[in-house]
Amino acid sequence: MTLRDVDVHNRENLGKPDFIAQDEDPGSITETISGVIFGKTYLWWITAMGLSFGLLSIGMVGFVWLLAKGVGVWGIQVPNAWGFAIVNFVWWIGIGHAGTLISAILLLMRQEWRTSINRFAEAMTLFAVACAGLFPVFHTGRPWLAYWMLPLPNTMRVWPQFRSPLIWDVFAVSTYATISLVFWYVGLVPDLAALRDRAKTLLSRRIYGIAALGWRGAADHWHNYEKAYLLLAGLSTPLVLSVHSVISFDFAVSQLPGWHATIFPPYFVAGAVYAGFAMVLTLMIPLRAIFNLHAYITERHLENMGKVMLVTGLIVGWGYATELFMAWYSGNIFERFMMYNRIFGPYWMAYWGLILCNILVPQIMWSKRCRTNAFWLFFASQFVNVGMWLERYVIVITSLTRDFLVGSWGTYHGTIWDWAVYLGTFGLFLSLIFLFIRILPALSMTELKMISPEGKKTGH
Amino acid sequence: MNSTDTYHTSGLHGLMAEFDDPEKLVAAAEATRDAGYSKMNCYSPYPIEGAWEAMGHKSPMSKLVLLGGVTGCLLGFSFITWTQVIDYPWNIGGRPTFSWPSFIPPIFETTIMFAGLTAAIGMFLVNGLPRPYHPVFNVPAFIRASKDRYFLVIEASDSNFDQTATRSFLQGLEPLEVNDVEE
Repeated sequence: MTLRDVDVHNRENLGKPDFIAQDEDPGSITETISGVIFGKTYLWWITAMGLSFGLLSIGMVGFVWLLAKGVGVWGIQVPNAWGFAIVNFVWWIGIGHAGTLISAILLLMRQEWRTSINRFAEAMTLFAVACAGLFPVFHTGRPWLAYWMLPLPNTMRVWPQFRSPLIWDVFAVSTYATISLVFWYVGLVPDLAALRDRAKTLLSRRIYGIAALGWRGAADHWHNYEKAYLLLAGLSTPLVLSVHSVISFDFAVSQLPGWHATIFPPYFVAGAVYAGFAMVLTLMIPLRAIFNLHAYITERHLENMGKVMLVTGLIVGWGYATELFMAWYSGNIFERFMMYNRIFGPYWMAYWGLILCNILVPQIMWSKRCRTNAFWLFFASQFVNVGMWLERYVIVITSLTRDFLVGSWGTYHGTIWDWAVYLGTFGLFLSLIFLFIRILPALSMTELKMISPEGKKTGH
Repeated sequence: MNSTDTYHTSGLHGLMAEFDDPEKLVAAAEATRDAGYSKMNCYSPYPIEGAWEAMGHKSPMSKLVLLGGVTGCLLGFSFITWTQVIDYPWNIGGRPTFSWPSFIPPIFETTIMFAGLTAAIGMFLVNGLPRPYHPVFNVPAFIRASKDRYFLVIEASDSNFDQTATRSFLQGLEPLEVNDVEE
């Protein structure tokens, strides 16, 4: 099997409209997409970048204050030592998972429509993982000692506890970040070579040239490249499933009511994909409008993403229902109280908010008119973005603040510094996204050429 | 560049034919192979399966990545077992130190890490990259190899290479142009 088999498989027997306008050829694809990079810098880009950097600055202030005063400036306090840091970590990692799903799993499942959106989604994965990684590192309170989480020889002669899900987490997230980065870079190299050959100034030719590693598109190189790319996709697929499963073990391996549940791994993975597709749509819909990319990101792409959101949203809904059922069926008073507390306790607004955002509003995706309409997709995506954050908030906070012993109950609220660093990661994420679309091809030229009519000629 | 009369191959990497259609490139590569040339290469802006099949190229990537994955798995297993069982065993409520099922998640991650890095780094090394200079870049038309043109190069080191005969052979394949590729 080669990449091409994967890409052309559907078009022959489905008879559906194509995922690329039929008057596009390799030349026009190169011109359009490199034109975005070598064209002039628009005022909207400078404005957007400035606003994003402003948000990032708020986060930097938040982190500096945290370093100066300690983690006490966050709202965390025993019994609730996790708070926003873990909520945001899980939320950001989950967003990243859609990128891997699109680039790897849909490739293996021969879904041609992934081609236009995979590069962007992979970039989104990397940036989301970068944002996620900040939280546990700063949550330690001494980020300069974060390397203690790694199994390094040291004067105390101790090693990390490899039986702990928290160490599994370190391995899973660092592997995920590394493999996502190399997968993205391998995909970029032929496009970087195209940019090197189109560059207008010596400096940009040099920079893209160095990054392209001297790629010259030789047939034997392409052969090894395709093999490597498919193997990376095959490796990323179990990896992405393992990452959110391991993250769910952070909760599920504990004894706490509301966390100690076998439904957690699949329910977390589905939630991650759900949130991730919502974020892809959130970013893709404006990008498509601004750069006029309707020839490459068609209504069918939007519709398919809407379908994935609908299905993963229903799996998440099934997860909620299972939690409810198991709390009752277990006959355990602590489990039953946990569920009652979620629904009617002090955090009832967050619970009902997540039901509204994750379960009710996305049902509009049943309607084909909504699935193919950019506005309604964007509308539903915003609810899912908020809803998935609320879901993690409810899981973390309600279980920690009210566990078995009434005497150890507490309350939790994020402080202004919690919000500052959360907003700051939005700034980091958006700044990286805007830099990315300015200096790198946001759509894969190589893969678009393969699904263009000219590229299809040598398909089999 | 202009050396059709003189019979020298020194300083010449090969002859390059340029095509504007991927099917013509595959047909030309097959014809070149059938004419007895073995040292040739095709260049295209995207992967073309027929091109490397015509060249009879075999990719070692699958075996390399398997090797990388097995190495990662064994290293992960032996390192974790060594740290938890031999170098610094902890007695936690009398539980066995060699609790291997709990080592599976981190071993899985080291397996993926080694296999994935082997796939990416190995692919570039097997391809001889990074390599900033290559003779094919000396042909001005080659700038479109990353855009929308397809190239076939017969290398001068091929035992059947003869500058005049090979040139006329390439001309017979109906390319847009045939160029000398200087070293």
